[in-house]
Amino acid sequence: MKILGLHTIPKATQSIISILSILLVAFLCFYTVNYIGYQVTALILLLAVSILAMLFDIKPVLLAATLSAIIWNFFFIPPIFTFHIAKAEDAFLFLMYFVVALVNAILTYKIRETEKKVRDKEEKENTIKLYNTLLNSLSHELKTPIAAIIGAVDTLKDNDTINESNKSELLTQIGIAGIRLNKEVENLLSISRLESGVLKLNYDWCDLNELVNIVINKLDDDLKGHIILFQQNENMPLVKLDSLLIQHALYNLMHNAIQYTPIGTVINIQFHMHQEDCIISIKDNGQGFPQAEQAKVFDMFYRLPMHKTGGSGLGLSIVKGFIEAHKGTIKLISEEGNGAEFIIKIPVETSYLNKINND
Amino acid sequence: MTKEEILIIDDEPQIRKLLEINLESNGYKVTQASDASMGIKLAASHPPDLILLDIGLPDKNGLDVLKELRTWFSHSIIILSVLDNEDSIVEALDNGASDYVTKPFRANELLARIRSCLNRNKSIEQHTILIFDNIQIDLVARIVKNNNEIIKLTTTEYKLLVLFAQNQGRVLTHQYILKEIWGPGYQKDTQYLRVFVGTLRKKIEPNPNKPEHIITESGVGYRFN
Repeated sequence: MKILGLHTIPKATQSIISILSILLVAFLCFYTVNYIGYQVTALILLLAVSILAMLFDIKPVLLAATLSAIIWNFFFIPPIFTFHIAKAEDAFLFLMYFVVALVNAILTYKIRETEKKVRDKEEKENTIKLYNTLLNSLSHELKTPIAAIIGAVDTLKDNDTINESNKSELLTQIGIAGIRLNKEVENLLSISRLESGVLKLNYDWCDLNELVNIVINKLDDDLKGHIILFQQNENMPLVKLDSLLIQHALYNLMHNAIQYTPIGTVINIQFHMHQEDCIISIKDNGQGFPQAEQAKVFDMFYRLPMHKTGGSGLGLSIVKGFIEAHKGTIKLISEEGNGAEFIIKIPVETSYLNKINND
Repeated sequence: MTKEEILIIDDEPQIRKLLEINLESNGYKVTQASDASMGIKLAASHPPDLILLDIGLPDKNGLDVLKELRTWFSHSIIILSVLDNEDSIVEALDNGASDYVTKPFRANELLARIRSCLNRNKSIEQHTILIFDNIQIDLVARIVKNNNEIIKLTTTEYKLLVLFAQNQGRVLTHQYILKEIWGPGYQKDTQYLRVFVGTLRKKIEPNPNKPEHIITESGVGYRFN
């Protein structure tokens, strides 16, 4: 049983605790044996052994069982202070005590072993499932652009009759595939940096107005008739952040909004300080997330069902990882049919130097 | 006019081939080395006008190669790197790299960097008036004009603009700029830099939200175009 998980403490310590508890119980029983009788004492000792069996490994428990049997024999079975047992029924009782104590210890141990095996198996199955999802999603996301590149190159190479406009179209496709491949690899690298725990933050003073403008300028190529609204916040102080990670996080969130909402959707980004926290909100008026899916959106490899749009399902888990690396939080507020809002909250150091007039 | 020579030090044959075709078709003479020791030997026996140095070489850390080359090689060295890790870029720039390009790179971007580095090799002669599209800086009169209208800059803004202008096309690390403008001891105070770049942009950029002149190289520094 893992109720207490005490079997993780060292065996020697377990043995000492076992011996001490049996001695303590025996000591208490010795002074009350006149009231309860030596047979009830046997049951009390057995109870002590059972409790130890639930908590500890088999060896300390077997030790406790044997010790308790000897103590019971020596101090409690008449004549006391000898190992001699006078009555035949007492001898039988002693034997029974010994066997029950041992069986108790062994059975509890076996139950625990079985439970551990079941747990290990479940863990292994989960790992395999995650691994399969990873492989499926990866092989699709990586192989599609690779297929496009190889296919286009073959067509260009082997085909003399291909016209100029098709040629230039194929070249464009190779370029797009390369960019897509690069994006996926970048996401994978980010995830493995997060997962391996080697991510080191590069804190520096950031002008969030500038940072958001950089992200918006980067999104220029992805915009397909979406409208990005950003009202600069001139009252914002400089904040200490890892500028590249926050850029990456905001880019992923806005890129996601563009991918998963219809043309004409308005994406609104704004930020402000609330006490010590920097709050960034990215809100769209798209179709929102179904209630049932909202808890899962930050999971690795999660993709909205019924959506053809590609993506490895890593984007939002990277966002969450980067925000949490800043000791911040991100939450999604959405109602199906009524848009979605991601709210980021990061505790930051601030500098109001930028508000000082330097003329 | 003789062709300018570029030495490529990179262990990836594909990248070398790609660079060779690209550079030769743009009028440069190309030599190649597939590892650090061969690269250093080639650079010593026949110094090129520019070196493209891959930071991830099999026999030696590219950063060490850079340091070694910099003890005697004074022409431009552009770092090629797959690590878009800002720290290693800053370290390379602080150790004498003229510029950096991260793989995968766009060909036209690399060519622009090469041109800008080679021009820097040549243009030792001093101009007293620097012109960048809408901006005109008169170094003698200490007057800056935006679209032919004189604009008022603070002393620090002016010093910053001149530093940028005299290093056109080149990425300057935060630490370098802080040291040049504020002096040693201010290298950690990047908040000053943010503030002055912000106010300078408002005065000289046609659209400060989409800067054309002072470009942010996130985590590294600024580049002036």
